[in-house]
Amino acid sequence: MSVGPGEAFALVVHRELRLSFRRPDQLLQPLVFFLIVTTLFPLGLSLQLSLLRDMAPGVLWVAALLSSLLSLDSLFKSDADDGTLEQLALCGQGLTVIVVAKTFAHWLVSGLALVLVSPLVGTALGIPGSVFATMMLSLALGTLTLSWLGAIGAGLTVGLKRGNVLLSLIVLPLAMPLLIFGAAATDRAISGVSASGALYFLAALCVFTCTLAPFAATAALHITLE
Amino acid sequence: MWTWFYKLASPPYVYGTAAALAPWFLGLAAVAIGYGLVDGLVFAPPDYQQGDAFRIIYVHVPSAWLSLFAYVGMAVAAAIALIWRIKMGHAVAAASAPIGASFTLLALVTGSLWGRPMWGTFWAWDPRLTSELILLFLYVGVMSLRAAFEDPARGDRAAALLALVGVVNVPIIHFSVVWWNSLHQGATVARFGKPTMVASMLWPLLSMALGFMLFYGAVLCMRLQGEVLTRERQARWVAEAIKS
Amino acid sequence: MNTPVDGLRVEKVHVWRGDRHVLKGVSLALASGQLLHVSGPNGTGKTTLLRVICGLLRPEQGSVSWRGQPISSVRGEYQAALAYASHEPALKGDLTALENLRFAVGLKRRVSPGELRASLEQTGVAACADLPARVLSAGQRRRVAMARVLAMNAPLWLLDEPFTNLDAAGTRLLMEMLQSHAEGGGSALVVAHQELVMARDMRSLVLTA
Repeated sequence: MSVGPGEAFALVVHRELRLSFRRPDQLLQPLVFFLIVTTLFPLGLSLQLSLLRDMAPGVLWVAALLSSLLSLDSLFKSDADDGTLEQLALCGQGLTVIVVAKTFAHWLVSGLALVLVSPLVGTALGIPGSVFATMMLSLALGTLTLSWLGAIGAGLTVGLKRGNVLLSLIVLPLAMPLLIFGAAATDRAISGVSASGALYFLAALCVFTCTLAPFAATAALHITLE
Repeated sequence: MWTWFYKLASPPYVYGTAAALAPWFLGLAAVAIGYGLVDGLVFAPPDYQQGDAFRIIYVHVPSAWLSLFAYVGMAVAAAIALIWRIKMGHAVAAASAPIGASFTLLALVTGSLWGRPMWGTFWAWDPRLTSELILLFLYVGVMSLRAAFEDPARGDRAAALLALVGVVNVPIIHFSVVWWNSLHQGATVARFGKPTMVASMLWPLLSMALGFMLFYGAVLCMRLQGEVLTRERQARWVAEAIKS
Repeated sequence: MNTPVDGLRVEKVHVWRGDRHVLKGVSLALASGQLLHVSGPNGTGKTTLLRVICGLLRPEQGSVSWRGQPISSVRGEYQAALAYASHEPALKGDLTALENLRFAVGLKRRVSPGELRASLEQTGVAACADLPARVLSAGQRRRVAMARVLAMNAPLWLLDEPFTNLDAAGTRLLMEMLQSHAEGGGSALVVAHQELVMARDMRSLVLTA
């Protein structure tokens, strides 16, 4: 009659999704932020579409990074604040399963949402449609990796006053390789050169992070719960 | 066999050892740095490409090496503290962090100064300098995290975990930055042309590196004494050590 | 003191928080069918003790064992056997009472909505089952938390100030729950600063500064 890890994973994902969709405004805010930040660049730089296109991959990625960071703060915060995090820690499944489920659910509603909105932003920045597949794939891999890096950062900073600033300070340097490879993949695709090298590295980073980060994030939460 | 390892866990032992080692490290460091500076700045021949400007490598390169060495040292101490629950590991990590950050800053400043005669500008996103900059961010992150916790024990553990996550990422970050730089090579030709090393140039460099490492050891021991006393201020042996 | 093979044993636990020596060598034993009331002035470490027993906090010295094994080596089994109620009711405001129970208890054992409604019925908040927790009063939330403890079917209850926000009827209800839990072979450790008067023998541990 006991609950296996697969069932527990599904239950927690279900919980997270239900909680997210009960607050649709909070769901949309990072997306709107993404759109606003990408608008800042043309406003601040130039109207020429050709110039914008050169900067587009970088701008897209920086905007994606910053919007993801905004939403990462809430990964564990609400549960820590109302005491449900302790209940989850004591449910008998081990925190790692919980953390994997929560992070995955978080990516579904934030990272994946960004990926789906990216063609809109890409068009606004002059990225040609032929490149969209590469762009979206790189964003998908990148945001997944970022969710995991953010889970570690969130685990370490939940419960700290102004923890969200510290969260960004911790996560951004670790996310720089993502930015480099992700932007390069799109950039190369735009230039017509093969982007597969960059994509492979991005995928490797993703696998590496998804394998090790759950344990680091769990350890971080244990430190927080003490 | 493990008794010496567990001795490391004893604060009075760590304090005593640090106090004893510091003057030795300092003395040897002075000798090594003294020789390195004199030989490097005065006696080594000027580089055929860069002239006398290259001499800044005698400070820049050892600083960069030490900035990395200190981070790895901090991570090792953090790992020992987390895995075996040896609190002195946290003391060593806490003492190392500002020293490593200072070396990183020194590497960045000397790198910029070197860049001026080389590229005509103080900063040109050279891959090594960019990696050093990111390393500085990592140091600042660890130090800020430790300071943000009200309970110092939890702050130590959180900072230790972050140091470990960082050390795993350092090679990845460095590799990415080198790759990134090679992508955009066409735009600027701003790489640190390493002067081809003649023996007369190499010895002072190695001596400086050794000297910096000893200096790091000396400062670490001195800071460690302070850390141990602060952390163990409730213990009886501290009151007696301060009195003497 | 007899060693209860089928119960909880805490031996000489020391915990420091920064410079404060919060728990100074606390020991206790709790066999099945026993109830323990932990009390003491503020700041004597009652909540800390409870968190050490849960396994959330590792003590600097001392040990906690369950059925003869240290809790760190039987974590899954131990957690399955305990139900912890913290000082806050620990409910998600956006989920209904029933959903809160489902997502909490459902991680421990497979449970049907019918069973969960029955638990809510037992603690007198059946009417709140489909209301989001944020619209419930403090007393109702406490009762939902009690229902969660009931629904977990755990032999060991660890309750931190469970009487907070309960009216007289609620207090009586909780006392009855504790009584029948003990009669059924379960054990409970209750941290409460009030006087607890029970028909059944309740042992007492008072923490001092």
